[in-house]
Amino acid sequence: MSVEVVIIDYGIGNLFSVRRAFEHCGATVVVTSDLEKILAAQRLVLPGVGAFADGMRGLKERGLDKAIRSYADSGRPLMGICLGMQMLSSVSEEFGEHQGLRIIPGRVTSISGIDHQGKPYKVPHVGWADMQSKTYETAWKGTILDGLHPGDAVYLTHSFEVKPDNPPHLLAYCDYGGKEITAAISKENIYGVQFHPEKSGPVGLKIINNFINIRL
Amino acid sequence: MVMSRVRLIARLDIKGPNLIKGIHLEGLRVIGDPREFARLYYKQGIDEIVYMDVVASLYGRNSLHDIVRNTARDVFVPLTVGGGVRSVNDVRELLRSGADKVAINTAAIKNPELIREIAHVFGSQCLVLSIEAKRQGKGSWEAYADNGREKTGLDVIDWVRRGVTLGAGEIMITSVDQEGTCKGFDTELVRAVSDAASIPVIASGGMGKTEHLVDVIAHGHADAVSVASILHYKRTSVPEIRSAAIAAGIEMRNAP
Repeated sequence: MSVEVVIIDYGIGNLFSVRRAFEHCGATVVVTSDLEKILAAQRLVLPGVGAFADGMRGLKERGLDKAIRSYADSGRPLMGICLGMQMLSSVSEEFGEHQGLRIIPGRVTSISGIDHQGKPYKVPHVGWADMQSKTYETAWKGTILDGLHPGDAVYLTHSFEVKPDNPPHLLAYCDYGGKEITAAISKENIYGVQFHPEKSGPVGLKIINNFINIRL
Repeated sequence: MVMSRVRLIARLDIKGPNLIKGIHLEGLRVIGDPREFARLYYKQGIDEIVYMDVVASLYGRNSLHDIVRNTARDVFVPLTVGGGVRSVNDVRELLRSGADKVAINTAAIKNPELIREIAHVFGSQCLVLSIEAKRQGKGSWEAYADNGREKTGLDVIDWVRRGVTLGAGEIMITSVDQEGTCKGFDTELVRAVSDAASIPVIASGGMGKTEHLVDVIAHGHADAVSVASILHYKRTSVPEIRSAAIAAGIEMRNAP
């Protein structure tokens, strides 16, 4: 019996690739903005690219913000990807201050573009970066990163990153310009990934597979 | 210090349903079905794929959607699509078909504000400004439109600065002089562009062997390298390029 995954459609981004990656991993995919289907989902994915305020507006216009929060309270698995991850946090500084879904407390801040030695480096941060964690042996077990190792690379393209308020919510980071950039956050069965698992080759597919098969 | 890995990008030029290749963007030869080549490169561990519809802007059409959709079904790395992108709606259609980014050249030269519009609607991360450059003399290059066929009078470095300000997310700089020759990149051009741009730069045109790649990264300051002929004609493979580059000290992804 194939696992059903609901992907939230709020009028933004390339949902085709996300859908295909989940199907490739054996899931039955429903792409929808229907509140009842979202509230009843067994696995929920919040994708997205673009600006934070546009994304939140897309959710609110459809009443999806409240639905996603109720779903998150249920304890069932939720994964936010890229902008979808950023919207899980409390507040974003992208083009002014905007409130997020407040599911995993944290702040979305810009990548400075100045490295640890004060030299400029390139933003947006585009490309493959190695995931790191000092506590991966325990922290990644049973999560979407189960079976992966520090050094496994994922594809990112972003100018902003999430800084979680509570350090234990940081699941993995990448090193960019000598600074830690948040790659993944988690709180119980809720996950946020800054990278694109659907564009991260076999490593990304493994993460999607883990999410589909995560223990409830 | 670990930075982003240098990206290895396979560039597939498309005409109608076919993967083609020319020299100096001319004398196009049919090579095969682009989807098969894209799948092969994905399996070999390529970091990204670029499709360029090389006659789209000439004939004012865009025939890429089927190829893009078919490729995005089982290629799980970023896919950039260019050629004949003229409007916000063209971008929307390509993203819906499964493209992650679009590359834009001719239409941006005709109407630079299009860069700002696309970046505003979809975000800078999905906009690659493609620039085709011909050398005009020492330290000077002119931007060309319509796949290297039309002069524009624009100085490449001025155009780079303008594109960054308008909101481009990356720049793909193709040397028309070197393109298809396999004789190495125009490293001086790539360095001038890279040093003028605060955004990532993809070096394109001239990759013939690993030394060229090492040179354009070390001396051209490129963030990514586009490869075409030597892959399409199977003179080498993605793992061979990758391991040779890593052996030469270039930071690349450890592809599984």
